[in-house]
Amino acid sequence: MQFMLLFSRQGKLRLQKWYVPLSDKEKKKITRELVQTVLARKPKMCSFLEWRDLKIVYKRYASLYFCCAIEDQDNELITLEIIHRYVELLDKYFGSVCELDIIFNFEKAYFILDEFLLGGEVQETSKKNVLKAIEQADLLQEKTENMYHSRSFIGCKKSILEY
Amino acid sequence: MPAPIRLRELIRTIRTARTQAEEREMIQKECAAIRSSFREEDNTYRCRNVAKLLYMHMLGYPAHFGQLECLKLIASQKFTDKRIGYLGAMLLLDERQDVHLLMTNCIKNDLNHSTQYVQGLALCTLGCMGSSEMCRDLAGEVEKLLKTSNSYLRKKAALCAVHVIRKVPELMEMFLPATKNLLNEKNHGVLHTSVVLLTEMCERSPDMLAHFRKLVPQLVRILKNLIMSGYSPEHDVSGISDPFLQVRILRLLRILGRNDDDSSEAMNDILAQVATNTETSKNVGNAILYETVLTIMDIKSESGLRVLAINILGRFLLNNDKNIRYVALTSLLKTVQTDHNAVQRHRSTIVDCLKDLDVSIKRRAMELSFALVNGNNIRGMMKELLYFLDSCEPEFKADCASGIFLAAEKYAPSKRWHIDTIMRVLTTAGSYVRDDAVPNLIQLITNSVEMHAYTVQRLYKAILGDYSQVTEDEVLDILESVLISNMSTSVTRGYALTAIMKLSTRFTCTVNRIKKVVSIYGSSIDVELQQRAVEYNALFKKYDHMRSALLERMPVMEKVTTNGPTEIVQTNGETEPAPLETKPPPSGPQPTSQANDLLDLLGGNDITPVIPTAPTSKPASAGGELLDLLGDINLTGAPAAAPAPASVPQISQPPFLLDGLSSQPLFNDIATGIPSITAYSKNGLKIEFTFERSNTNPSVTVITIQASNSTELDMTDFVFQAAVPKTFQLQLLSPSSSIVPAFNTGTITQVIKVLNPQKQQLRMRIKLTYNHKGSAMQDLAEVNNFPPQSWQ
Repeated sequence: MQFMLLFSRQGKLRLQKWYVPLSDKEKKKITRELVQTVLARKPKMCSFLEWRDLKIVYKRYASLYFCCAIEDQDNELITLEIIHRYVELLDKYFGSVCELDIIFNFEKAYFILDEFLLGGEVQETSKKNVLKAIEQADLLQEKTENMYHSRSFIGCKKSILEY
Repeated sequence: MPAPIRLRELIRTIRTARTQAEEREMIQKECAAIRSSFREEDNTYRCRNVAKLLYMHMLGYPAHFGQLECLKLIASQKFTDKRIGYLGAMLLLDERQDVHLLMTNCIKNDLNHSTQYVQGLALCTLGCMGSSEMCRDLAGEVEKLLKTSNSYLRKKAALCAVHVIRKVPELMEMFLPATKNLLNEKNHGVLHTSVVLLTEMCERSPDMLAHFRKLVPQLVRILKNLIMSGYSPEHDVSGISDPFLQVRILRLLRILGRNDDDSSEAMNDILAQVATNTETSKNVGNAILYETVLTIMDIKSESGLRVLAINILGRFLLNNDKNIRYVALTSLLKTVQTDHNAVQRHRSTIVDCLKDLDVSIKRRAMELSFALVNGNNIRGMMKELLYFLDSCEPEFKADCASGIFLAAEKYAPSKRWHIDTIMRVLTTAGSYVRDDAVPNLIQLITNSVEMHAYTVQRLYKAILGDYSQVTEDEVLDILESVLISNMSTSVTRGYALTAIMKLSTRFTCTVNRIKKVVSIYGSSIDVELQQRAVEYNALFKKYDHMRSALLERMPVMEKVTTNGPTEIVQTNGETEPAPLETKPPPSGPQPTSQANDLLDLLGGNDITPVIPTAPTSKPASAGGELLDLLGDINLTGAPAAAPAPASVPQISQPPFLLDGLSSQPLFNDIATGIPSITAYSKNGLKIEFTFERSNTNPSVTVITIQASNSTELDMTDFVFQAAVPKTFQLQLLSPSSSIVPAFNTGTITQVIKVLNPQKQQLRMRIKLTYNHKGSAMQDLAEVNNFPPQSWQ
């Protein structure tokens, strides 16, 4: 995978993970063009399109578009499964995830993604193991915070670990 | 200084901004605060500030002043700081900036950290954006971690190694020893990433590839376990165990089996097993099948397996899921060179995909269609492709036109067909045709002298249409060459001269040249020619003011032929119609029929030069003799309505495709040679019959009816009924719809199967009922003009 973008129906970027080195300017240009292209697609069209020399796989979940750019030899259908798995992970973590969760907790969305994919490839195929790792890391963060500040954390997972 | 606001607080605030300007103001204010906070080297809130910066960066605002801060966070001992620091590094830094090199030391330390989650962060960051320099410096650490027994780290190290190899291929060797036991792992995460690493190594180095071939049996075993093992909740996706791993193993097997008989043989069984046992109801199963098909086609598999693979693709083509159809077309495109015949069997389904609404699918179907064109199917395919050219999006037209020209050049069954095709392309998509096509056309015409008469007519019509790329001079060149040529008949010359004359009103630059030509022929030996020339000359001299009126376009005419009202094409310069092929071909798959031979690409019968019809409205008269001459060139080219290509109902196809055993198509898709007939034509409703005979049962004739409506209002609630004599049996399948749209913009297709065991002459009585213009219509008719080939 070369990159993954999450954006809303209005074209607002909610997450961008780049696995290839590009300048900020290039990333912005690609994002803008691709978002435009994908948003212009009609609902009945297939989830794949050719764009420049890449294959684009996208899927819409509620108000968010999940869009991946894969290489020629990558399997489009399994990429759809990868996207779906990521959504499942987010869903499990946040409890019925919605766009707002990802807006307000974008850094966590990244953390989860980084436990699922590495360098554009799947690193862990067990849902359980990914979530366990995140949980442990979150606990570690909590412990660290407790060491440095005397605060008590009350509330659901979402509001824990405030910056 | 008060504590900087929290991240979520900032997000909330920014989201309240009602305008872009308001948002920008908030951002600028916050950035200023963050900058001063950075300047104060505040450790406590650095994390918070960088997090906020990352949010603003995502909104599109510059955040480069936070880069160094990320490095400071990474260097911190707090896990919280590291987490945000590394995230910031991945988002804000890239290998182009020197600053990133400062990370190297931190990462090195963190790779050796006592906490695996810190090690994980370091591996992740290195594997995501590590530059070549960093990779070189840290490869040793990664290699160490690749050998650890901690599966959490091992899997990350494997992917990090992949990244290192991609950045610095020479370092690949150093990871070789660590790969020894990778596949012995039970942990799926490690297995998956190991397979990815092995794949990367094999793809990059033939030596590695040879070295890792010995892993084939082990990979086969692992794959087998995945398929055969019972339900494993941890890795299950819709009843399939770890599809991600299965797909990667299949991909690695592909690389290992390529060009190697032994390896290919070793994986033969497992591939067959996966291909036949995988559940296809969900995308996940199809993803595995897809990968399996790719592998089967790429290795040295036995032919039975290959057929199985192509058949899977054939099934994919019929799947409701567009995504599946898309990958099927992609795969078929890859295999069409090597397994041409197998792919040919799916031609009709592929051609159907030309009508898909999805642009990506259309493109692939088009490419595949061109790959499948051959001498046997050229006519039928060209029909489809021309229709496609007509109706497709502009982005396809240039490629499609080029493809058609190429195919026509290679497989044209006759010169006339070739010229027709080229003309059709020019008139349909003239402005999209690449420039080099024009001289080719001119070349073709001048070379085929016997086609001059025909070509002149066609060219004349084409040029007066939208195709403006041919210059006036080029046109006159052609027409003059026809006039001069010894081979042109008198009639041809007559047409050429008249055509030139008519062009005089349309062409602006070359009128003088035209005048000259006309006056030359005033003294032609050929009396006919002479007369025309003299009169045309007069037109120039005496009646110049009326020239344009006299040579004006002929309006649309109602032409009655023996076949009933035909499709009328606006003559004299309207573009070769799109209206001709307004009927979308029927929805079922369509094998080609050489019946189309007679009925030509444009559906026209042999276009006889002199058509004895009178224009319905005469141009302003001034010299009747001139009008007569002009009346001669009634270049209607009005075809009998475009015949419906023979259509096989959807029903007969699936059994063939799903039944992997039968390799013979049910219906012969090579030349049946049965001409179509117009069974009924009245009140604007026309019904055409096209025929096909069954290979397997000679008593069966399949008739496809196509109903079209040339009036201005739709015909609704259309019902077609048929009755045959007692010795026959009839089966009427469901129609494609009950509305015959107006202006021939669509058709109703319906299939009739006739069983004629006694081989009697086919006769049929038909009853049509429909609503039109507010009233109920009904008609009975007998169809007696069945061609002998349809029942003998």
